[in-house]
Amino acid sequence: MPELGKYAVEVASAYVVSLALLGGLVWLSLRQGARVRAELRAVEARRNRSDG
Amino acid sequence: MIALLRRDMAVATRAGGGFGLGLAFFLVMVVLVPLSVGPDTGVLSRIAPGILWLGALLACLLSLDRIFALDFEDGSLDLLATAPLPLEGAVAIKALAHWLTTGLPLTLMAPLLGVLLNLPVPGYGWLLVSLALGTPALSVIGAFGAALTVGLRRGGLLLSLLVLPLYVPTLIFGAEVARRGAEGMPVATPLALLAGISLGCAALIPFAAAAALRVNLR
Amino acid sequence: MQRNTGAPISRVMSLWEYANPKKFMQVSGAVLPWVGGLAAACLAIGLSWGFFFTPDDFRQGSTVKIIYIHVPAALMGINAWLMMLVTSLIWLVRRHHVSALAAKAAAPVGLVMTVIALATGAIWGQPMWGTWWAWDPRLTSFLILGLFYLGYIALWSAIDNPDTAADLTAVLCLVGSVFALLSRYAVLFWNQGLHQGASLTVTQDNPISDVFYWPLVTSISGFVLLFLTLVLIRTRTEIRRRRLQALLNRERRT
Repeated sequence: MPELGKYAVEVASAYVVSLALLGGLVWLSLRQGARVRAELRAVEARRNRSDG
Repeated sequence: MIALLRRDMAVATRAGGGFGLGLAFFLVMVVLVPLSVGPDTGVLSRIAPGILWLGALLACLLSLDRIFALDFEDGSLDLLATAPLPLEGAVAIKALAHWLTTGLPLTLMAPLLGVLLNLPVPGYGWLLVSLALGTPALSVIGAFGAALTVGLRRGGLLLSLLVLPLYVPTLIFGAEVARRGAEGMPVATPLALLAGISLGCAALIPFAAAAALRVNLR
Repeated sequence: MQRNTGAPISRVMSLWEYANPKKFMQVSGAVLPWVGGLAAACLAIGLSWGFFFTPDDFRQGSTVKIIYIHVPAALMGINAWLMMLVTSLIWLVRRHHVSALAAKAAAPVGLVMTVIALATGAIWGQPMWGTWWAWDPRLTSFLILGLFYLGYIALWSAIDNPDTAADLTAVLCLVGSVFALLSRYAVLFWNQGLHQGASLTVTQDNPISDVFYWPLVTSISGFVLLFLTLVLIRTRTEIRRRRLQALLNRERRT
């Protein structure tokens, strides 16, 4: 750990908050993507079954 | 064009048109400010120009959805879109009607409310001037917001969320004129910028609003 | 489009091929792992380099380490909106759905970048200004930008018809861009001279020394690539969502 000195709280909180926000955004984007992909797959499977 | 103007003003001022609502809101808000901020006249006179500007701006916001909603519902907006008068012109007229029935009365009432907030004496004139110059911009920008949300049922809050950030430049320069005027400082720069914004908005925003209306009328 | 000359189609024209949703999905799917991997690498390298291996500033102490997040986030907050502006224009003029959906996809990313810029900016300023928030012109401008993002995102969610939503949000983006720019200058006017000394100008005013510069550039690259990755992921999701909606509507009708 580098010597953050008297600003340790500020620097640490800046990094933690930012990485948490970025992580949250990435996770949310991946989760939404997976959900929509699964739904689409289900609907297309239904369609193929009824067409074929 | 004049007919449209007269009709819109008649609709706004008849009973149930909400004419006095904006003024009443302005009054209530100004009364609430000392109750929340404390009765210290020193503090009040310092914040008076800004509060009065903010109050007028928020009161303006109240009647924005009415600009197009009624006509949209009964189909007259479709007629306006296909009429020989260009839709941009109709938007401008409607914004003008809104200003005459909302912005202008608020402007005229502001000095009276200034008394309640201990507005410094030199501030009265500049408050009037800045509101008179700025409220037309508020009406036109508001018309744009109303055009975007005209199709939505509960569009009121969304309208505020869209329009308030657009109001920021007008508010900053308008309140700056009122504030500097109250303190006896030169107001030329913010005044010129405020006038520029109002003129620019009046000239250009109707095009954006008309485009939004056409989309919603499809 | 017929070309009688037999000359190859210019490279500019070929860019429009990717506006075709199917082609976009193919290409973005192939490219995504690379972009994502590169983004992760640049971020990891840039941030750990900046955090662990750079000295403190003699004036600001260790808080200078915040620039490795604050500056890239602020840059992306603005560039995301510019990208939305361009893609909105492309939608309005050329009616490419991928373009409109890309703008929709980018907005939450831009918003988060703006929030990060605000949070890190405020935290960075705290030791200097003695308060957790100050109405510094830069911070205020980013706050207003955040409000524009919120309005844009809210408008997308409020409208049912996707094409109507795309059109209205595109017009909002255009008008909003003008007012965001106006606000930037209005806010400068509103608060001139108050925090000039402590304003967070790092890349413009101070000739930044190499020790700070290279980790910063790496970090910025990481943020840009992260933005790209997220926009690709989210646009793909939007394209799928649009197709899903179309299929569900067709099912409902039969």
